[in-house]
Amino acid sequence: MSDIILEAKKINKDFHDPVTVRVLTDISFSINKGEFVSVTGKSGCGKSTLLYILSTMDTDYEGELLIDNEPMENKKEAQLARIRNEKIGFVFQFHYLLNEFTVLKNVMLPGLKLNKFSAKEVEYRAMEKLRMLGIEQLALKNANQVSGGEKQRVAIARALINDPYIIMGDEPTGNLDKKNSEVVFDIFKRLAEEFNQTLLIVTHDQGFAERTHRIIEMEDGKIINL
Amino acid sequence: MNFKLIISIAKSLLLARWKQTLVAAVGVTFSITMFITLLSFMTGLNDLLDGLILNRTPHIRLYNEVKPNKNQPINLTIAYKDHYNFIQSVKSGNSRQEIYNSASIMQTLKKDERVLGFAPKIIAQVFFNDGTIDITGVVNGIDVQAESKLFHFNDYITAGVGVDLSKLSNSIVLGKGLANKLLANIGDMVQVTTTKGERFPLKVVGYFQSGIQEFDKTQSYASIVTVQKLLGKSSNYITDIQIKLNNINIAPAVAKEYTQLFSSDAEDIQTANSQFETGSFIRTLISYAVGITLLIVAGFGIYNILNMMIYEKMDSIAILKATGFSGRDVKRVFLLIALSIGFFGGLVGLLFGFLLSSTIDQIPFNTAALPTIKTYPINYNPVFYLIGSSFSLVTTYLAGLLPSRKASKVDPVVIIRGK
Repeated sequence: MSDIILEAKKINKDFHDPVTVRVLTDISFSINKGEFVSVTGKSGCGKSTLLYILSTMDTDYEGELLIDNEPMENKKEAQLARIRNEKIGFVFQFHYLLNEFTVLKNVMLPGLKLNKFSAKEVEYRAMEKLRMLGIEQLALKNANQVSGGEKQRVAIARALINDPYIIMGDEPTGNLDKKNSEVVFDIFKRLAEEFNQTLLIVTHDQGFAERTHRIIEMEDGKIINL
Repeated sequence: MNFKLIISIAKSLLLARWKQTLVAAVGVTFSITMFITLLSFMTGLNDLLDGLILNRTPHIRLYNEVKPNKNQPINLTIAYKDHYNFIQSVKSGNSRQEIYNSASIMQTLKKDERVLGFAPKIIAQVFFNDGTIDITGVVNGIDVQAESKLFHFNDYITAGVGVDLSKLSNSIVLGKGLANKLLANIGDMVQVTTTKGERFPLKVVGYFQSGIQEFDKTQSYASIVTVQKLLGKSSNYITDIQIKLNNINIAPAVAKEYTQLFSSDAEDIQTANSQFETGSFIRTLISYAVGITLLIVAGFGIYNILNMMIYEKMDSIAILKATGFSGRDVKRVFLLIALSIGFFGGLVGLLFGFLLSSTIDQIPFNTAALPTIKTYPINYNPVFYLIGSSFSLVTTYLAGLLPSRKASKVDPVVIIRGK
């Protein structure tokens, strides 16, 4: 049991505006280290909502969430930010790079925030991640000067910078063409298989989901297939 | 906390929108410039106007006032001691204007550490005779050295030399207005008649111009010895002792003490010239009010620009928070942006304020009433620069507080899902 990275116990969530609607009902599952998991389901089934709860950004829910066997209940906003910084890497549907910075600085930011390594070391590590993803030549370009597929790869490098326990993706290929989707998928697969990286990816792309190790299927706020 | 990182993020956000930043900073610069210039000019002018009177006014004046005796005989009579006595038509007694025991008073003053210096003086009412016309006037017998040192007597001499008063016997310095009336040139003799009816010729050695015309039409100065001769008094006859203290604020207390100690009247500067203090206080207050209003307006400018910046940077804030920056970090970034606008805008403002006020300092300002003033007066008090810089920081901090709190409360889920 010690290699459980993320565990959800009976998570319920309601939206209250304008009327109370239950969007997640009794969600319970766990993810082990090194697993490549995808969450699928139709639009509006609550899979993204679940991801934001698991990511600690959304704290308005009932039930229990454990990351690395540590309960997330009653933690302060700054503590949760620290956990996100240290233990979780994010990849979103829309790249979300900071346009004011270079590609390299974008990758470095969470590492600098963690403040575990010196700025020089963080820079070296960032270059390493970029090289691993084959985009080291973009390092000194501005974030708004690179293409969509490249941006997503930069975002993955940024997610990796602090060696997180788990990488979470919200439709990471949803905004990319076939070729770039393939590239991103291959990166995820390589991370899982070569580096034993745990991944939790929300997607509605069946082709993508089928090739992951494990599929969690959702419908109307419930898990119908683990 | 990792301040270097916060600073580098704030700097990047600032430079990414450098035009907006510049507008905000120019607002601060302008208001600080005006604040400094306004206060320097206004207090310079204040000091000038106050100096007109206050420089020449002793902090404490010892004299004997002509007044009825407080201890009327009936009150001293034992038989009527317990009665309430109504006395009508009391006349001022035959009190002398001379200060009793002036030599020993001056000895005491010399030893008093609170006293910067003192100048003895005799005030004599006279008539200046010009043909058939008599012009009333006043001859002030002064100790020229002490008077120059303490009350800037020499500054107001526009023609001739003040020190000649002590060198030449029977010499006089006339007020410019008085000299014009008497048609007296330097070197001429003027005839003076005392209240006792004695006539006396005095030689004009100079003119003085105080800036107050009424004053110049009646006043004149001579040495103490000359006036003593004029009045036929002995060499220890003195009617006034003018005292300047090290600290003007203790004047009322010291005056009270001297009244007791020397049993003479003592008038302090605050009582004698309270209207000047009120005037300069109000003028300074108005300058501060205008300066601070300017700064507050600049503060609103910064508030607006930061608010806009936060709306534009919603995505960046959301991603910063998602990747592990806490609300506090985000708040610090935006506060730092506001403060650096305040700091750099304020710094340039201080410089421009100094340049503008020194430019005003060069503009010629000649008026017949103020012989010593050649350009507009400016007060380069470092306190204004201190107030200006700290105020620019405080207003920009306050202006940045609300927007940065708003930025810290941005919910990343709402922004990321909203796409």
